[in-house]
Amino acid sequence: MNAQVQIQVTASPGTGYNFAYLDEGTKRMIRRAILKAIAIPGYQVPFAAREMPMPYGWGTGGVQVTAAILGSSDVLKVIDQGADDTTNAVSIRRFFTATAGIATTTRTAEATVIQTRHRIPEAPLAEGQVLVYQVPIPEPLRFLEPRETETRQLHALAEYGLMHVKLYEDIARHGHIATTYAYPVEVAGRYVMDPSPTPKFDNPKMDDCPALQLFGAGREKRIYAIPPYTRVRSLDFEDHPFRVQSFDRPCALCGAEDVYLDEVVLDDAGGRMFVCSDTDHCETRRADGHTGEAA
Amino acid sequence: MIEPLLPEPLLTVDGLTKRYGRRLACDGIGFTLDAGEVLAVVGESGSGKSTLLSLIAGEVTADAGTVSYRMRDGATRDLAALSVVDRRALMRTDWGFVRQDATQGLRMAVSAGGNVGERLMGVGDRHYGRIRATALDWLARVEIAPDRVDDPPTRFSGGMRQRLQIARNLVTAPRLVLMDEPTSGLDVSVQARLLDMIRGLVAELGLAVIIVTHDLAVARLLSHRVLVMRGGRVIETGLTDQVLDDPQAAYTQLLVSSVLAA
Amino acid sequence: MTSLPPLLAFDDVAKSFTLHLRGGAVLPVIAGATLAVHPGECVVLGGASGAGKSSLLKMAYGNYRCAAGAIRVRDGARVVDLATAAPREILGLRRTTLAYVSQFLRVIPRVGARAVVEAAGIEGGLAPEAARSRAADLLTRLNLPERLWGLPPATFSGGEQQRVNIARGLIADRPILLLDEPTASLDAENRAVVVALIAEKRAAGAGILGIFHDADVREAVATRIVDVAAFRGAMAA
Repeated sequence: MNAQVQIQVTASPGTGYNFAYLDEGTKRMIRRAILKAIAIPGYQVPFAAREMPMPYGWGTGGVQVTAAILGSSDVLKVIDQGADDTTNAVSIRRFFTATAGIATTTRTAEATVIQTRHRIPEAPLAEGQVLVYQVPIPEPLRFLEPRETETRQLHALAEYGLMHVKLYEDIARHGHIATTYAYPVEVAGRYVMDPSPTPKFDNPKMDDCPALQLFGAGREKRIYAIPPYTRVRSLDFEDHPFRVQSFDRPCALCGAEDVYLDEVVLDDAGGRMFVCSDTDHCETRRADGHTGEAA
Repeated sequence: MIEPLLPEPLLTVDGLTKRYGRRLACDGIGFTLDAGEVLAVVGESGSGKSTLLSLIAGEVTADAGTVSYRMRDGATRDLAALSVVDRRALMRTDWGFVRQDATQGLRMAVSAGGNVGERLMGVGDRHYGRIRATALDWLARVEIAPDRVDDPPTRFSGGMRQRLQIARNLVTAPRLVLMDEPTSGLDVSVQARLLDMIRGLVAELGLAVIIVTHDLAVARLLSHRVLVMRGGRVIETGLTDQVLDDPQAAYTQLLVSSVLAA
Repeated sequence: MTSLPPLLAFDDVAKSFTLHLRGGAVLPVIAGATLAVHPGECVVLGGASGAGKSSLLKMAYGNYRCAAGAIRVRDGARVVDLATAAPREILGLRRTTLAYVSQFLRVIPRVGARAVVEAAGIEGGLAPEAARSRAADLLTRLNLPERLWGLPPATFSGGEQQRVNIARGLIADRPILLLDEPTASLDAENRAVVVALIAEKRAAGAGILGIFHDADVREAVATRIVDVAAFRGAMAA
């Protein structure tokens, strides 16, 4: 049998690129990996990651996932550490504008697809939205078990004692669980997953989230997923329960409490302030009339 | 203490055979081991004694033969017929494996407490304080000072590493412990201390042990019975002092006479 | 005598060593050894050195194998033949029935003298408290200074080590005692203590098979002397 695969070419008008850069065959391959990942929440699905026109570490995994799921009517938001205006976020947004001709936004509520590096937006996500994470190292057990054959076995058998060894080491060294980002979670009561280097502050947002969450690791060629409304539990000890960071002050610009704050250095004299890491959240609040002490 | 004349042995090894190419590493090895019994497997390098241990532990697949074990529920099962899940669970709860090279038996980047606690966390203990208290208790039992609990084994001496390995293995109260040359490469005085500790723990906990050693003095000090191996075969077997004091096989006589004072 | 079998019986026992390292030369030691030890008896093996006395004792302890014949040990209601017994059975007999005191103490480093004796008592079935007090009694009677009790016997003199060894061998109530020159390096005072201890064991119904080179001790303890030369005679025949 020599059946020809019919590749549908959906050129992006005027760019010379196929829609969203990747060819249709590649996108189909990635979608199959995504479907499998959704079917097995938290499980790392290998995929044939492509070279992208950007270096590893700039979100090639997330970009490929985004490219595979984008449709012409999608509205894309890209954030880096919560901000829409950093180099990485701007570059990726421009990449898809150029190759897919789609609309982009900085407003969380308006976006259908949000690609993120290191944050989950403060505004609650909704059904129909997709959050695409850029993942540098997908394997949560890598720290203690360097052998890939062994980590796969550990996942297959749900032997996750080792993950607690890592948390044990934290408490032994620091008196509390000092892991503040890439804090391991158990997904749907089965697979333990690295949520990418998001602050653990964001971990509770992954639990029972109405949006679909997809994770792409380009260099390590893995895709994993949390389907909407899935139980996501942060690992902990009975006597050292999981806790998110808390900030002892509100955002200096919008006065928001219970949000993740970034420290901004103001001058050479040690002046600094703490502001929302999520720039859209901060701007939206200020537009609604909220103010902080520095505003 | 040995439980006398149990209906079923704890471990039954039957016809274990392993070839590497044309070389027979183990040729139809068979024996039984009762609860609380210590068996020494002695022989020179290349005798097949370490391969035998790997076969029993299921780390190397046998070409022929079986290893059966009386599980905690009392039923004796062929280990090859256990699911991977059950076998691994058995290995990290009811069995221990103390390796010659401590870096193979420990997590060198993890603290002593974490090394001891790993098996507890592996069986689902999720209480940090309890895990740490148990780890400290076991460190004390293997004579490691409590202020070393947070040090990684990279900062431990050879003897301490072996003692930590023992604590790490015994924390789940296993009934069978495999030991592969646990004292070789250590200074004589360090060896003596380690052997004495092993002897005490084995007697106190009623452990069954298979200890592979080339050192007949180790076999005499620790074991009830001995298996002399050469070229993948059992040359002679019996009560340890009988085999060492009244060896029958030519090879065993050579082995015994080659030792300064066993 | 009742109809019970003897505590220990040699039945036409032979022993030889095949020296593979010397071209397979066979060194015969004993043949046709037949003797019995009943409760309350102290049977002393006589004969020149090299006649095989120690070999007989070692066979009785299962330490040497038999080339032929049977060595029957009464163990409660049953009789076990050491010549054919499995290693586990021999180990079982050593815990419950057979005590062996050699000339030399083989000790574990780092364990104190009293603990060594105590451990032997516990292994022989005594309760820990009983073992502890009996160990103290025995070491006291054997004139081992109390300041030595906590020290490992490896550092002791030959006579002190031997007294620890005797205490270790006699602490439990095993019915058969095998004594291989237990008084060899003891002074007269301590020899007398051992003689008294043996008499007490006999009175308690134990059967003793021993080797005593010291004529005084031999006279004092023996209920019967068996000349091992007879077993060599059978071999020559």
